[in-house]
Amino acid sequence: MSKWIPLWLHKLGSPPIFYRFAGTLRPWFLALALIAGAIGLYGGLVLAPADYQQGDAYRIIFIHVPSAWMGLFIYGVMAVASFIALVWRIKLAEAVAMESAPIGAAFTFITLVTGSLWGKPMWGTWWTWDARLTSELVLLFLYLGVIGLYHAFEDRRQGARAAAFLAIIGIINVPIVHFSVNWWNTLHQGSTVRILGPSKISMDMLWPLLTMMVATKLYYVASLFGRVRADLLELEGGKDWVRRIATGEQATGEQA
Amino acid sequence: MSQFLAMGGYAAYVWPAYAVFFLVLLADFISPMLRRRRNLRELRARLARQTARQQRTASPAVNP
Repeated sequence: MSKWIPLWLHKLGSPPIFYRFAGTLRPWFLALALIAGAIGLYGGLVLAPADYQQGDAYRIIFIHVPSAWMGLFIYGVMAVASFIALVWRIKLAEAVAMESAPIGAAFTFITLVTGSLWGKPMWGTWWTWDARLTSELVLLFLYLGVIGLYHAFEDRRQGARAAAFLAIIGIINVPIVHFSVNWWNTLHQGSTVRILGPSKISMDMLWPLLTMMVATKLYYVASLFGRVRADLLELEGGKDWVRRIATGEQATGEQA
Repeated sequence: MSQFLAMGGYAAYVWPAYAVFFLVLLADFISPMLRRRRNLRELRARLARQTARQQRTASPAVNP
């Protein structure tokens, strides 16, 4: 490793240290995610007024849009971790990449289902093969492909390398999902929240949406830490530190 | 409260959407915890078998 990488970061890459680090932080991330989620949903479901066109049906936005953002964000994290895993062969990067995939798939699935439930009353159809919906479905299949390829190999690390390669190639779909509403004529509405320039949404609706975005990000970290911990125990099954955890937990009684 | 639950007539779409959100994330959160417990149990069983085998091979050497 290069000298400019601080020592603590280097140490954090070691499975037993990351295992402990993630175990300490995970409950905090989960608690903050639940608090932010409760505030965001209270703001979205109770405080925010009904939409002048869509009535109360628009309230699906508070889970649909943050889930869609997470689907793309997690794909980005997975691709970056995959790149690191392929280039530097870091075990932790492999675990982060491969354990991000099921969470990303979960959020993408939620996006598709809630979008469908929103589309029925507003567009009059559950599904249509337009650019945004199709590219989002492709995103789900990419996640499932990464998960499937990872588990298709006898040797987990070989599987991780093959799946990491697929994850990197699939990143091409992320801008397609994002810009699909601008590039093609679609039933799906354009973006209402902008990072640059003013958002086209009322403040009463914007703050619960952004709070839910924070909540889903925090949840992702909590879920990822739990998954990476489980993955590291499997990958390092024969090592001493894992044995100590296995025998130690028997003494104190089984706790997750 | 019933007005809140009615969601302006869209209850049949809004609440299932929220139910899917929470159920999927709950499953996502619980599955690694179960996996971790199962792996540790298997590892303990493997360690127990290993020590049993070591004792068996060690004992004939002690009393031939």
